[in-house]
Amino acid sequence: MSLRPNDSKAPLSLFWLQSGGCGGCSQSALGAENPDLMTSMEAANIDVLWHPSFSQASGREVVSLMEDLAGGGKPLDILCLEGSVMSGPNGTGRFHMMPGTGKPMMEWIRQLAEKARYVVAVGSCAAYGGITAAGENPGDAVGLSYEGRKPGGLLGGDFRSAAGLPVINISGCPIHPGWLCETLHQIAANTYSATDLDEWTRPLSYTMHLVHHGCARNEFYEYKASAERLCDQGCMMENLGCKGTQARADCNIRAWNGSGSCLDGNYPCINCTAPEFEEPGHDFLETPKVAGIPIGLPTDMPKAWFVALASLSKAATPVRLKHNATADHLSVPPSDKRKPRS
Amino acid sequence: MSRLVVGPFNRVEGDLEVRIECGDGTVTSAEVVSPLYRGFERILLNKPPLDALVYAPRICGICSVSQSVAAAHALADAMDITPPRNGSLAVNLVHAVENIADHLTHFYLFFMPDFARPVYQSEPWFEDISSRFTAMKGTAVETVLPARAQFLHIMGILAGKWPHTLSIQPGGSTRTVAAAETARLKAVLVAFRRFLERTLFGAPLKQIVSLESGEALKAWFANKAPNTSDFGRFLHVSESLDLSALGRSSGNYLSYGAYQMAGTPLFAQGVWRNGDPTDFSPHSVAEDLTSSWYKPDGPEAPAAGTTDPDADKESAYSWCKAPRLDGEIMETGALARQLIDGHPLIRDLVARHGGSVHTRVVARLLEIARTVLAMEDWISQLEPGGAFIDHTAMPDQAEGIGLTEAARGSLGHWLSIKNGKIANYQIIAPTTWNFSPRDRIGTPGPLEQALVGAPVREGETDPVAVQHIVRSFDPCMVCTVH
Repeated sequence: MSLRPNDSKAPLSLFWLQSGGCGGCSQSALGAENPDLMTSMEAANIDVLWHPSFSQASGREVVSLMEDLAGGGKPLDILCLEGSVMSGPNGTGRFHMMPGTGKPMMEWIRQLAEKARYVVAVGSCAAYGGITAAGENPGDAVGLSYEGRKPGGLLGGDFRSAAGLPVINISGCPIHPGWLCETLHQIAANTYSATDLDEWTRPLSYTMHLVHHGCARNEFYEYKASAERLCDQGCMMENLGCKGTQARADCNIRAWNGSGSCLDGNYPCINCTAPEFEEPGHDFLETPKVAGIPIGLPTDMPKAWFVALASLSKAATPVRLKHNATADHLSVPPSDKRKPRS
Repeated sequence: MSRLVVGPFNRVEGDLEVRIECGDGTVTSAEVVSPLYRGFERILLNKPPLDALVYAPRICGICSVSQSVAAAHALADAMDITPPRNGSLAVNLVHAVENIADHLTHFYLFFMPDFARPVYQSEPWFEDISSRFTAMKGTAVETVLPARAQFLHIMGILAGKWPHTLSIQPGGSTRTVAAAETARLKAVLVAFRRFLERTLFGAPLKQIVSLESGEALKAWFANKAPNTSDFGRFLHVSESLDLSALGRSSGNYLSYGAYQMAGTPLFAQGVWRNGDPTDFSPHSVAEDLTSSWYKPDGPEAPAAGTTDPDADKESAYSWCKAPRLDGEIMETGALARQLIDGHPLIRDLVARHGGSVHTRVVARLLEIARTVLAMEDWISQLEPGGAFIDHTAMPDQAEGIGLTEAARGSLGHWLSIKNGKIANYQIIAPTTWNFSPRDRIGTPGPLEQALVGAPVREGETDPVAVQHIVRSFDPCMVCTVH
């Protein structure tokens, strides 16, 4: 029996490369559940021609497959790149040579991207440069079609793959396995179009949301009952650099590793799905403020309104929230006026 | 004599090329090439010290918690703080989950698929092994992936997410647990233990950890049909191909000690030189850069180390540096840890065969069993409601060293802080030790030595024996070059 819903159609071929990243998006993908990653690919009718961590083929077998794909002898439906493109030193790409080929990985990526019907950047590194492009960017790391917020990268901001789409940027550091599997399923079903992408060409399926949505600390946020130190239970926006109200992702709606999220782990959102998250311009775990008011206010909210509402809500903060906000465990439960806790 | 360039190596973490000289059907000399440079040590310069906890884990997505632990230890050393007991327990649990998941990924997804290659078609075990372990399609994949993913639920509870959690801090763990959550942790671990006992070992964990010699292991295995467990399958293949004689290393081993609790590690710290245990001193470590694409040639003590790339350096062939302890190469990993900790099975196997493909894999699987038993104990020691973190402030000037054990071996971070910013940051990863290139006196690294003598079959372009040896170290190339 086959799981494939599209049995009559030929499977879509997928080829996966890793360059200047950490392999963490692949490891995260391997944590896919209900079903597992391999079953999910099978269900999507995707034939993984090669993945550097999971495939049987090695050495010459892989090099000849790459030559076939790059030369057009074998069609390629989906190219996935994980990790940023290493363009240094001086634009030569020699900071990452593809083993066994004597050729920069940058050249292989370019050639395969020209042939692929869809090009998918897996993770913020492949999309925008990501962590590898932080600091002085010693390796000249760039994304596939962005260099930070600037269109360009290896393929140029105007790049369109053979299917007419820009690079699909499944950003995140790492990606959630669901973001990858669902995007690949939609591509394989031949239903993907530019309307499925946001302004950074990320799948709207998960960037339609803010990390703030579904955050278990929303009640603390409402009353500006703020955490003061890591581990405190209150809202982390005011003091600890949390960008959940600006960050685009469904992390608190879709569980990580069964039940978690960064916020549930008691640490602030660092907005890892956004270009240039790697250089926030301030300490990651501190909120920059002017005259006591955070600079990075929630997306879509006029500053004056925020200030007015915050001072009102602070004045109205229930004792329970005020107490729990700066405690490292929730200690005051909600109460029932008609039946006091003995 | 002939020369082969072997690569790309897949089913390792990151990028690797091995250049070998062959003669008379064996490898006579090898050069191990790490072909990627990213420059994390430079990325970290001038950053606020605590931001190292954002960048350092992203050196590696397969052992990101190990990188966090090393960074947190280095920062804690600089701050002169010790986490509260709960914090150490939580960090150890999170770290153990990653290390065990890595061992599992290595065995099932990286190492065993090589025995499903057509070169072994005529072996009596081939049908069973290939249907079980063929990459992405074998029957093992559909049980192992869900078991691994469920085990990682401990990360969801204790670390928010994996990889790249921020829960590990110098003062402990950000994530406190409530009483009901310890019950969830326990239940996840019981389910995982069940998978290990039914599928991987086909025996109770306590039986596995009590095996005291190679003979005892043989006797245990002789009573079972090989296909009743995946460990049995490995032992059968190993015996048939004599993996005890393959990939022997130098006899020098290093472990920084794993899973600290009030200054004492679960697995001991130390050095093993040709049969003798000695103490480890971090001041005996230096990195040689002669064969690495960096200026100058070194050797450099890591606290004063540099990372100045020079892609045109004539004497170089790798982005990996060459760490040495008192000028000597060291093998690190589960084999080194279990040997130095004194587990009788591993001491016996090393005495008989030295470090080899067989010993490395047995040590890794044994370590899974030992660590899961320790995790049960740690969960029962958690005190819900107690403190998990110390909030001491960061000094403006300080130095720190953070030593820990990743799945693949010894990981060290050397940090200095000036004017409230990171002034230097040097990292020596396990595979930097294991896959180091030649130093200034021409001594090859551990893998380069272990490859010599490996058989090369007629017409092989990617010799399968070379693949077994390379993967027996479970290399993590992204960590190596950072």
